[in-house]
Amino acid sequence: MGTRASAPRAPATISTRVDKVGLRPKVTRAIRAFVVVILTVLILLPVVWMVMTSLKSPSDVVAVPPKIIFEPSIESFIFLVTERVQFPTRQEADEFRARDDLKWYEEKVAERGQKITRVGDFPKQLRNSFIIAGTSTIFSVLFGVLSAYAFSRFRIPGEGDLLFFILSTRMLPPVAVTIPIFLMYRELGLDNTYFGLILLYTTFNLSFSVWLLKGFIDEIPKEYEEAALVDGYTRLQAFRKVVLPQAVTGIAATTVFCFIFAWNEYAFAAMLTSDATRTAPPSIPSIQGVGRIEWETIAAASLVFLMPVVIVTFALRKHLLRGVTFGAIRKG
Amino acid sequence: MSSITLQNITKRFGEKTALNDLSLTIQDQEFFVLLGPTGAGKTTTLRVIAGLEKQDTGDVLFDGTSMTGAVPAERDVAFVFQQYSLYPNMSVFDNLAFPLRSPLRKLPKGEIERRVKTAAETLRITHLLARKTAKLSGGEMQRVSIGRAIVREPRVYLMDEPLSNLDAKLREALRIELVHLQKTQGSTTVFVTHDQIEALTMAQRIAVLDEGHILQIGTPHEIYDAPATTFVATLVGTPRINLMQASRQDGRIFVKDSSVRLPPPTGIDLPADFLLGVRPEDVRPTNSGEFSGKVALTEPLGVETIVHIRSGENILTSLVPGITPISVGEEVRFDIVRERLHYFHPTGKRIVAASV
Ligand SMILES: Nc1ncnc2c1ncn2[C@@H]1O[C@H](COP(=O)(O)OP(=O)(O)OP(=O)(O)O)[C@@H](O)[C@H]1O
Ligand SMILES: [Mg+2]
Repeated sequence: MGTRASAPRAPATISTRVDKVGLRPKVTRAIRAFVVVILTVLILLPVVWMVMTSLKSPSDVVAVPPKIIFEPSIESFIFLVTERVQFPTRQEADEFRARDDLKWYEEKVAERGQKITRVGDFPKQLRNSFIIAGTSTIFSVLFGVLSAYAFSRFRIPGEGDLLFFILSTRMLPPVAVTIPIFLMYRELGLDNTYFGLILLYTTFNLSFSVWLLKGFIDEIPKEYEEAALVDGYTRLQAFRKVVLPQAVTGIAATTVFCFIFAWNEYAFAAMLTSDATRTAPPSIPSIQGVGRIEWETIAAASLVFLMPVVIVTFALRKHLLRGVTFGAIRKG
Repeated sequence: MSSITLQNITKRFGEKTALNDLSLTIQDQEFFVLLGPTGAGKTTTLRVIAGLEKQDTGDVLFDGTSMTGAVPAERDVAFVFQQYSLYPNMSVFDNLAFPLRSPLRKLPKGEIERRVKTAAETLRITHLLARKTAKLSGGEMQRVSIGRAIVREPRVYLMDEPLSNLDAKLREALRIELVHLQKTQGSTTVFVTHDQIEALTMAQRIAVLDEGHILQIGTPHEIYDAPATTFVATLVGTPRINLMQASRQDGRIFVKDSSVRLPPPTGIDLPADFLLGVRPEDVRPTNSGEFSGKVALTEPLGVETIVHIRSGENILTSLVPGITPISVGEEVRFDIVRERLHYFHPTGKRIVAASV
C-alpha cells in the first residue's frame, strides 16, 4: 500500500520473477499444459463423440472407418421427438414425398421412407424428469436447510444419534432395496406416480443435504443471528435475513448435487415408472428405432438429457467455486 | 431507559459454573462496568441480561418486572458483541440501519437515514457508509458495531469489550465519546472490560467479577481505595499494588524479610499474620525517608517513573512523578504513606475497621 503513494521509483524494466528465468520453467510449463490438454481430451472425447454422432446422418453413423468430417444433419433430433412408421413399399413412400403440403421435417423423414404418426414419447419423458427431479431437489434442499439449521443451532436430545441415523440411509447401495421398495410401493399404490419417485429421491438426497448443509451452517457464526435477535427480529426473520444469504454457497452446491442425483437416477425410475410417469434415463437406452438401431437418435437423446445439468451447474458455478469466506468475524 | 436487577443468577455450562449466585442492581441511567479477568463470566452476564442465554436459577428484572420468558427482541436491549457480528453481505449503512428496519419498530425512511447519519458522525465512519463490511479494518468494524447499538434508543446498552481492538488514540477518543453519549442520552449502560483503566475512567460504578462471583461492587474510588480482596487490589491499578506478608508483634507491624516496621493502625483489629498492601504511589522516595533500600530497576514512562526498591527480600515498586535522577544500584530512603495502607487476611479478604 505504502509504496503506491510514496515517491516514484524507477520502474523495473526486466522481469525479476524467478519462475520466468531460464529454460527449465518453460519446459515444466509446457509439460503441465500438455498433461492438462491430454486429460481434457480424454474426459471430453466421449462427449464430443456423442455430439458428433447426434449430428450425423444415419449412414454416416455406421460408416467404417468412422467419419470425422461429415455433413451435419439434424435428422436425429426430428427422430427423437417423433413416432414414425416405415412405408411398406417404395412406391407408397415416393407418392408421399411427392405431396406438396409436407412440412420441412416431414419431408426430411420422408426421405428415409418414413412417415410421422405422432409426437414421440421423449418430450413427455423429459418433462417427467423435470417435474420429478426438480420437485425432489426443491424438497431436499428446503428440508435440508431447515433441519441442518436446527441441528446446527439448537440443542437437540440425541443429536449425534439422529445425525447418524439420517446418514445410515446412505450406508447401502440403493439398488439393494429396489425389490422391497417396489413391493411396498405397489402395496401403497405409489408406483407409477410422480409423488412416489419424488418421495424416494427426496429421502435419498435428504441425508446428504442435511450433512452437507450442516457443515456450511456451522461455519456461520451464531453471533450474526444473535445480533439480529437482539436487534428486534424473530428467529425466523433472523434466519431469513442473516443466515440464508450467507448460506447461498452451500445451498447452491447442495442443489446441484441433489439435482444431478435425481436427474440421473436410473434403477428406481426403470422399476417404478412406466408410460405416463416414465422419466428420461430408463427410456434413452430403449429408444426404438424404425427398422434399425438409431444411434444418432440415442446420441441426440443423451445430449438433450445432459443439457439441464450443464445449465444448472453453469448457472451456479460462481457459488460452487467460491471459497467460503466470512470476512467480518474476529476470533478470540 | 431502565434499571436492571439480577437476582441470584446461576448459569452452568455442563460441569462449568460460569455464573455463581450473582446478584446486582444497575440503576437507571447508570454507567456500570463489569470488570474481570478472562473467563470471569462477564460475557455470560451480558448474554443473560439480553436473553441470549437462559439462567439456570435466579431472575432478571427490568424496572422491577421479571424478564424470564421474554425473548431478546422483547427485552429491547442493544448489544455490542465482543466478536463482531456485522453482516458481511451488507454495506455499513445497511448494517447500521438493520436494527431500525426491524418489524418491531417500523421507522420511516427519513428517520432511519437521519439516525444512521448521526451515529456515523459520532463514530467518524461517515466515509465508510457505502462500503461492504468485509472490507473494513478491525477498528472500523468495531466502530460500526458500536454504531449499530447507538442508532437505537434501547432500555439498556450492553457493550462487551467494544474498545478492545482499537489503537490507543482511538480508544481514548471513543472512551470520552461513549461517556459523553451516555451522559447526554441518560442511558443505562453495562460495559464489560478487562481493562482496569477503562473501568476506572468510565464507570459510575464497577462490579469486579472472578470465576462467576462478584468480589466487589462500588464506585471507582471505592474499588481503588478500599479493595475488598487482594484480587481486586491487584486487578486495579498499575503498577500493581505491593503486597507483603506482615505480622503484628509487640504492638508493631513487621514486614517479613524486610526492615520496614510500622506502627499499627488505630481502630483495626489485626490478626497475628496478615498481608499488607501499599499502592506504588504511596511509596515515596525522599532524603529524609524512614526506610532504606537499594534501587533494583527504574522504568521511566515519561509522566512518571516506576522505581523498584529492594528492601530485604521484598521488592517494592514506587511510582514517582516525572523522570527521576534515581539510578539503578543506588541506596535510597523512602517513606510509606501510613493513612493509605491496606490490610488483608491471609485468605485475601480485606480487614476493615471495626464498626463503632
Ligand atoms: N457456550 C458455552 N459453553 C461452555 N462454556 C462456556 C460457554 N460460554 C462460556 N463458557 C465458559 O464460562 C466461563 C465464563 O465465560 P465468559 O465468556 O462469560 O467469560 P468472560 O468474562 O467474558 O471472558 P473474556 O474476557 O475472555 O471474554 C468461561 O470459563 C467459559 O469457558
Ligand atoms: Mg467475554
